[in-house]
Amino acid sequence: MAVTLIFLGRLADLAGMPEREIDSPLDWGTLVEELEGELGEALEGEKVKVAVNGKLLADKRILAASDGDEVALLPPVSGG
Amino acid sequence: MLDIQLLEKGFSPGKALGLFAKAHPEAGGIASFVGKVRMDEGVKALELTHYEPLTLPGMHALAEEAQARWNLDGLLIWHRVGVMRPQAPIVLVSAAARHRRDAFQAADFTMDHLKSDAWFWKRERRADGWHWIEPREQDHDDLARWR
Repeated sequence: MAVTLIFLGRLADLAGMPEREIDSPLDWGTLVEELEGELGEALEGEKVKVAVNGKLLADKRILAASDGDEVALLPPVSGG
Repeated sequence: MLDIQLLEKGFSPGKALGLFAKAHPEAGGIASFVGKVRMDEGVKALELTHYEPLTLPGMHALAEEAQARWNLDGLLIWHRVGVMRPQAPIVLVSAAARHRRDAFQAADFTMDHLKSDAWFWKRERRADGWHWIEPREQDHDDLARWR
């Protein structure tokens, strides 16, 4: 029973990988606890957003992911 | 007509614009912007990453918003992802409209949103490795003009 985490931008550098699996069910507190250190701290930053299965969460703290879900961790963007 | 694309490989803005103009014979004007990898000292390459489930749908939503705000005949948004060399085109935005103000404004609006409100992450390679690029304060100010 697992959730897939996708790390975008500099979060992939901090994680040392672009994606990984984590036990489900998963809420925000557990996620930050599991991804300790610099990565966990970065996630708490105001500008990091979260999407579940391609849908952006209005507030990442309401995260409630279950088996098979894809959770994307999105740092500030820069395109163009 | 909307032409929204994410491109893994290099493209020719001139060729794309020629085809876009041909597809919109009714337009009285076409305003276009080409964004390129700047030739900055020490920058060897630029990489853009995206997140498939959000990036392309986000570009479509942006195009629809531009269409709702201005009277457009067509809007083209092509954006590169992957590794690019200095001088390579990154983005092409082209707006076709009956009248020029709509075309200018829609292209400007679309570019401001692609810079700091679209799902892309940019990093550049210098002699000492890769560096992530954060949007500039100016990019956020530019975006705020449309609110």
